[in-house]
Amino acid sequence: MSFTKTAWKNIRRSPYQALAAISIMTLTFLAISFFTFLLVGSSKVINYFESKPQVTAFFKNEAKQDDINTLGDQLKATGKVASIKFVSKDDALKIYKEQNKDDPLLLDLVTADVLPSSFEISTIKIEDLSGVSNTLSKSALVSEVVYQKDVVSTLSAWTSAIRKLGITLIVLLSLVSIFIMVTIIGIKISQKKEDIEIMKLIGATNWYIRWPFMFEGIVYGVVGSIIGWTIATAGLLYATPFLESFLKGIPVLPVSYLQLLILLGLEALLAAFLGIVSSYLAVLRYLK
Amino acid sequence: MIKLDKVSKKFGTGTFGLLDVSFLIEKGEFVFLVGSTGAGKTTIFKLLIRDTLPTEGNVVVNDWDIVHLPKNKVSTLRKKVGFVFQDLKLLFDRTIFENVALPLEVAGLKTKDTLKTVEDVLTQVGLLDHKDKFPIQLSGGELQRAAIARALVLSPEILLADEPTGNLDAATSWEIVKLLSDINKKGTTVVMATHNADIVKSLGKRVIHIEKGKIVDDESSSAKATEGQGEKENHHAHKESHVADNVQNEKKEETKDKKEEDKE
Repeated sequence: MSFTKTAWKNIRRSPYQALAAISIMTLTFLAISFFTFLLVGSSKVINYFESKPQVTAFFKNEAKQDDINTLGDQLKATGKVASIKFVSKDDALKIYKEQNKDDPLLLDLVTADVLPSSFEISTIKIEDLSGVSNTLSKSALVSEVVYQKDVVSTLSAWTSAIRKLGITLIVLLSLVSIFIMVTIIGIKISQKKEDIEIMKLIGATNWYIRWPFMFEGIVYGVVGSIIGWTIATAGLLYATPFLESFLKGIPVLPVSYLQLLILLGLEALLAAFLGIVSSYLAVLRYLK
Repeated sequence: MIKLDKVSKKFGTGTFGLLDVSFLIEKGEFVFLVGSTGAGKTTIFKLLIRDTLPTEGNVVVNDWDIVHLPKNKVSTLRKKVGFVFQDLKLLFDRTIFENVALPLEVAGLKTKDTLKTVEDVLTQVGLLDHKDKFPIQLSGGELQRAAIARALVLSPEILLADEPTGNLDAATSWEIVKLLSDINKKGTTVVMATHNADIVKSLGKRVIHIEKGKIVDDESSSAKATEGQGEKENHHAHKESHVADNVQNEKKEETKDKKEEDKE
C-alpha cells in the first residue's frame, strides 16, 4: 500500500517531530488511563459501601433477646427497612476470629462476652438512614449506633471531584495534543507543498494526497495511546499489592486483564479519532 | 479536441490575461502557440487542465466542459491530458523512473504492473539508460525528455508542452521537437508553446499567435486549402510562411488538414 509507505517515510525523515507528536499523545493517554483507574476504583469502593449494612446498632449487655426482637419487628413495620440481620455475641466472635486469624495474641484476649450483639440494617432509600438510626439511638437497649452515610457521602464527593478534575485535564490534554499534531502535520505538508502541487497537476485526487497525512496522524495517536496505556497499566500492576492491603476487604483489585485490554482498545480508537481529527484539520488548513 | 469559445481571463489585479480568445484544435493536430512572455500562453494551458477558470467564455477539452466540470472530475481530466510544464516540475528526491511512474502511481496502479509501461515510455524518449538516476544528474535536454515521458506515461490523447525548448541549445531543441512530432504522428494532439521562431517556421504546422491576451494570428499550413473560402470563425487570419525545406512533411500535413477542414 503506497500511502503507508509514504507515511512511514514521512515519519522516518523527521524523527523529532514524530517524537513530539507521540510524546504528547502518550501524556494524554497516560492521564486518561490513570483517571479511568481512579474513577472505576472509587466507584467500586462506593458500591461496596452502599451494598453493606448501612446502620449497625450495638446492644447493651443487659438487653434481653425478646426486647431486641420486638425492636426488630417495630423497625420492619415502618416499611423503610430492606433487611435486618441480628448478629449474636457468638456470631460476633466468629467474625472477630475470622478477621484476626493471623494474630493468635488478639484471639486469646477476646471471648464472646466481651463482644456486643448487634443489628445490621440496610434501608430501602438512603434518605431513611438517619430516621432509622435516630429510632435506634433513642432505644434503651442500644449502646451505640454506627452508620456509614458519612463514609458514602464523603467518598461520593471525592469521586465527583476526581471526575471533574479528570475530565477537565483529559479535555485540555486532548486539545493540546490536537493543536500540536495539527502544527506538526502542517509543517510536514508545508515541506512537501511543491510535491503536492505537482501531484495534483498530474491528476492526484485530494484523497490520494490526504491519506498519507491522515495515516501518519493515526499512527502517532495509536502509538502514543499504547505507550501511555502500558505505563499506566505497569504502574497499576506494580501498585496492586500495596493498594490491596490499603483497601482491606474491599473487592477492587486485582483488575482483570480483559478489562485492561478493553480499555486499551477504547483508547486506541479514541487515539485514532484524535489523529484523524488533527490531521484532517491540518490538511484543511494547509492543503487548499 | 480542444475548443476555446470567447474566453477571457481577468486577473485579481484587474488586468486581462486573455481577452475574447477563440480557437478550435482538432484531434491529432500539432499546433504551436507562440507569443512573447506574458502573452497568455501558459494561462491557456492552465485553463485546459483546469488549474484556473476563465472569467468568461467556454473551454472544452475532449468533450469535457471545463467550466462546469465537477471538482472531483478534475483529477480524471488531468490524467487524460499530458502536460510538460515550463519548469518541468520533476520531483528531485525521486529517480527518473519514479518520476515517470508517478502519474501511474497517482492513478492507483501497482508498481509492479507499471514497470513495462514506464520502460516503454523511457525507451521512446531515449532515457532508459538513465532511469535510475536522479534529476540532478541529468542534462537540460534529458530532463525535458523525462518531463515529456511523465506526460506520456498515461497515454493521453492531448499533450501540452509549455516552452519545452526554452532553456535548450538549438540541436537539443530540435531533438525535443522531433520527439513531440513523432508523438503527434501516433495520433496524440500536441500543443506546444514556444517563442523559437526557427522551429515554428521550419516545421510548418499550424501556429496560433497571441499577444497581450489576444489572438493576433491563427495561421496554418492549410492556408492554401482554405484560401478563398473566406475566414473561418476560429481562424482569424491565414498567412503563408512556409519554409521549403519541409515540403514533404508539409504535403502530408496539407492533405491531413484538408480532410479536417472538410470535416469542419
